[in-house]
Amino acid sequence: MAALTREETEALIQEVLEVYPEKAKKDRTKHLAVNDHEANAKKCITSNRKSLPGVMTIRGCAYAGSKGVVWGPIKDMIHISHGPVGCGQYSRAGRRNYYVGVTGINAFGEMNFTSDFQERDIVFGGDKKLAKLIDEIEELFPLNKGISVQSECPIGLIGDDIEAVSKKATAKFGKTVVPVRCEGFRGVSQSLGHHIANDAIRDWVIGNRDAKEFASTPYDVAIIGDYNIGGDAWSSRILLEEMGLRVVAQWSGDGTLAEMENTPKVKLNLLHCYRSMNYISRHMEEKYGIPWVEYNFFGPTKVEESLRKIATYFDDTIKEGAERVIAKYKAMMDAVIAKYRPRLEGKKVMLYVGGLRPRHVIGAYEDLGMEVVGTGYEFAHNDDYERTVKEMGNATLLYDDVTGFEFEEFVKKVKPDLVGSGIKEKFIFQKMGIPFRQMHSWDYSGPYHGYDGFAIFARDMDMTLNNPCWKTQTPPWKKNDDAAPLAAAA
Amino acid sequence: MANIMIRRGDNGALSFYLPKKDLEDDIVSLEFDTPERWGGELVLKDGSRWYFDPLETQPRLPITVKAKRMGGEDD
Repeated sequence: MAALTREETEALIQEVLEVYPEKAKKDRTKHLAVNDHEANAKKCITSNRKSLPGVMTIRGCAYAGSKGVVWGPIKDMIHISHGPVGCGQYSRAGRRNYYVGVTGINAFGEMNFTSDFQERDIVFGGDKKLAKLIDEIEELFPLNKGISVQSECPIGLIGDDIEAVSKKATAKFGKTVVPVRCEGFRGVSQSLGHHIANDAIRDWVIGNRDAKEFASTPYDVAIIGDYNIGGDAWSSRILLEEMGLRVVAQWSGDGTLAEMENTPKVKLNLLHCYRSMNYISRHMEEKYGIPWVEYNFFGPTKVEESLRKIATYFDDTIKEGAERVIAKYKAMMDAVIAKYRPRLEGKKVMLYVGGLRPRHVIGAYEDLGMEVVGTGYEFAHNDDYERTVKEMGNATLLYDDVTGFEFEEFVKKVKPDLVGSGIKEKFIFQKMGIPFRQMHSWDYSGPYHGYDGFAIFARDMDMTLNNPCWKTQTPPWKKNDDAAPLAAAA
Repeated sequence: MANIMIRRGDNGALSFYLPKKDLEDDIVSLEFDTPERWGGELVLKDGSRWYFDPLETQPRLPITVKAKRMGGEDD
């Protein structure tokens, strides 16, 4: 039931590209593609390139990738936004990384710590200010387990030595103080920020407890790359625990510094967000010999697949555990699908998000009988597209770092029933009369992971798509049906 | 010269990974793959060829080595 054929999709891409000047057109051509199962992803789409000046892009910066995504959710550490005040304030608590703890006492996720750079700090350097800030933090929030210094752009530009300050503070307080060189100008998107953050964890955190005893079991695993958006990691964790595994660490949603330090003792790393945390998984595989496995907890089909895949790394008790979990939730999932599938069957979805979602949620939509007709990533790399090509249907649209204009034109032509993207796109499409879900933080809903999450996912999609408001888009005077009563009255 | 990582992929084949470039591909052939000598020239599935100095033992995978690009089909 694909709406567009391969030729039509190709024509659509050409049509959209038509408005660009020659040079921009040449560049953008490489980022738009028609999905082809036969083709090599590397040849069919170019990714992880600098956005064109003059177009609307939805990307973030390296600081967003490090502080906002990887480090920020670690709840018992204080993350200093080192530099002017804005970066920290506008990235504060926006991703809804839920955690358990008392904010301001032993958890700091929703707070904003910043060195609030002024002109004089740029002129004279901010190292002294940072040292003072760390002293103040220790006095005011003594229960913090560690501090990370997240550099904003000026720190790299003026060449402050945050490493030296961090080392001194570590010696002074005996706590982990991590300097993170995630200045916003590094890289083309938030993706390099993930990498820098992973490298900082590798250098400053991961080996801290190598010499310490740890009471391990043969079933220890770590959840890597789950940021607990709306409680995602929790609804994943219960499934793993139910099948008999012991979850030692959550990276980094609702995670702690101690959990991260203990991760090298696990038997298997479970990697959900490949894009943001494959680096550290690869490092742990090389240094500690811990294998890692990618899994997908969106929608019952994928959950089932993933539970079985995870179980293959363990003995029969876990394999039986996986089957038991699958059987237990089967009835609940069937009920959810029976309720929502008839209301959603055949609807078309277009996605444009970041990280893992453009490919991971496809299975969940398919479980509801919906079809993803276009997908794209803000900041993916080639390896993400390689994984995506297999998931998407043939002749569907792929768009990398899509511009505001292109996305609007695609939606106008493809006419999806639902668009899933970010807050910046939300109101444009709603005004165009297209149901929209904000898929970065689940439109303030969630969790969407696991079996419990799927029930919420299905409800949310139904709630959005079948909302009565979409039927009242046309004003009464433009309705075609007989407006005679009004005319007669006048 | 670039640091590359070689690991055993899910399908059992050796897998080549070049960070930053995010080149991840199966290794089709490796010049020396014996217990005494491991390494040399390798060919990836996409046709590109790389070289790294052979090691004297079979290493524990994954392993990071410095490799040189020998040129392949394209560029």
